Amino acid sequence: MVAVQTEHDFERGIAVLSQQIDAKVAAYFSSCVHCGLCAEACLFYTETGDARYTPIYKVEPMRRLWQREHTFWGRLGKALGFGRDLTEEDFANWQEMTYDSCTLCGRCSMVCPVGNDIAYMIRRQREAFAASGYSPEGLQAASTRALEIGSPMGLTLKALEAQIVHVERATGLTVPLDVQGADYMALLSSMEVINFPEYIESLVRIFDAAGVSWTLSRKAFEATNSGIQIGDSNIARELVGRVVDAAEGLGVKYVISPECGHAFTAIRWDGPNLIGRPYRFGVVHILELLDQLRVGGRLQTEGLDDRRLTYHDPCQIARRGGVLNQPRNLLRMVAPDYPDMADTGRMNWCCGGGGGVSANEGAEALRLQAFKRKKRQLEALGVDTLVTACANCRIVIEEGLEHYEMDIQVAGLTELLAEHLVTKPGPSPE
Amino acid sequence: MFLEFVEGPLWYGSVVIFLIGVAIRLIEVFAKGTRPDFAAARGLGWPGAMRTLVSRSWTAKGFTKGATFHLVAGYLFHIGLFVLLLFAAPHVVFIEERILGFGWTPAPHWLFILAAELAFAGLMLLWLRRAMHPVLRRISTFDDHAGAILTFVVMLTGCMALLMSHDSLRAIHMLTVCLLLIYFPFSRLMHAFTFVISRSYTGAAMARKGVRA
Repeated sequence: MVAVQTEHDFERGIAVLSQQIDAKVAAYFSSCVHCGLCAEACLFYTETGDARYTPIYKVEPMRRLWQREHTFWGRLGKALGFGRDLTEEDFANWQEMTYDSCTLCGRCSMVCPVGNDIAYMIRRQREAFAASGYSPEGLQAASTRALEIGSPMGLTLKALEAQIVHVERATGLTVPLDVQGADYMALLSSMEVINFPEYIESLVRIFDAAGVSWTLSRKAFEATNSGIQIGDSNIARELVGRVVDAAEGLGVKYVISPECGHAFTAIRWDGPNLIGRPYRFGVVHILELLDQLRVGGRLQTEGLDDRRLTYHDPCQIARRGGVLNQPRNLLRMVAPDYPDMADTGRMNWCCGGGGGVSANEGAEALRLQAFKRKKRQLEALGVDTLVTACANCRIVIEEGLEHYEMDIQVAGLTELLAEHLVTKPGPSPE
Repeated sequence: MFLEFVEGPLWYGSVVIFLIGVAIRLIEVFAKGTRPDFAAARGLGWPGAMRTLVSRSWTAKGFTKGATFHLVAGYLFHIGLFVLLLFAAPHVVFIEERILGFGWTPAPHWLFILAAELAFAGLMLLWLRRAMHPVLRRISTFDDHAGAILTFVVMLTGCMALLMSHDSLRAIHMLTVCLLLIYFPFSRLMHAFTFVISRSYTGAAMARKGVRA
């Protein structure tokens, strides 16, 4: 029975931390020259000036354990009584650095001169902190809800079905449920269902116009994966497994990851490794599918958007997910001359709320401070609308804009396309 | 007598420790293994590994401003060091007579002086930054300082030995070289080898996701 570790169990944490030190981690620690450049890439350092938020310093517990238990010098030193072991106090002190001040955005991993993937290292360290109960209460609660109810926000199937009724009324179209043999099985994030149901409406309208064979699953509609955020592979595996079972049960060809960054990482990149085998279906992000439909002439828009807008790359979709050109191709359909931010694409600055930070109430003040980076990016462009493709980014940015009293609208890219959708059928599908 | 010892038994002993130590460190890394990646890749990993191996020799686009000091000082030090190591006349002779059996044209004196100045300037700038910058002060360990100081002493004694051509200075330089060789495998200086592994792992993983790292 998979459960969230809520009680402190330091010994377990040390054991799990040791298990996380694979060849990559060992090579990364062996290579690090402590140059500190990763700090300049991290918005939690640049916006606070607090050296504790230097990315490589966030994995200091794992470095100490590696040096002490996994190197000749460290083992020799320990045998001779030199140095000290990690303590519970170390775990308590580093919980903030492991969770509150890292969104796993991976920007630090793009600038390290020796090529260390520090986001990967922090993700590994989270395994130990989650296993030992040194994780934020907000993430523990979200993970518990995901395991017990099926959604980190406590969204039930009944609530989704109620929302579907609204969507069907608004669109005049039917939302397909549990259609055996459909080409695509769409996943949703709770945040979309609860906060941005217009995303579902947009999907329904676009898929209808493009003639896409698709379905939702009653067994597994939730795409988000708290296990990835808290760093517990057992939880992540359980949640991914539900999607895999549903998709393979329905016999779909593809699963569609919604406009949600870490959900894409969970189902597209981490999922097969969590269950220990390749899927019997493909995974596409909704933006990848929409761009495929655009190229095939099945997604057609009319009119241009006259707002001054730009695009925010969700880190897990762009830098950590490889979906970089598709959103730009799509956005140019309705805003051909939109300006990108100075640091964009694979070097984009995070919204500050990814990697579970937005679900961590204790990190709220720090998150809003970190948002100053996005604030400056937006002010530099002078836009009045920000388009993005992640419900979590969207809500974090909306909160940041409200906090700093900025008059900028935030829109989802799929919705924007749906607003301009040509509903008359295009050329026949290939 | 002392010169014979440091150029004889101590030198050979240091080289053996260096080679075995480096091998142990590399085995320690690779023996841990990596997890198989079952996710359908967008592209091959190895071209990405090769690309990142090269691309991380420069700063990422849009990141130059934050990295200028480190980039300039780092290149000053490393270029100067490698010119000294491979092209200083005594080193060329030593490599020919004691290691490879063949040599090459050594750097002229003016280039040796220039390389030494670059290497010293780079190393001192990097160390000053380590001593003064809040981030570097926070993350630096004893090993970071020890490696820098030992390298500095090796370069200093080497320059003194070359410029003054005195056997005792040459012996002191050889002694510090031997100490560096012994210290090297168990220190952060290992990055000279492991950076290839780190860049390759990250480059390959990101290439499989379709991201140029």
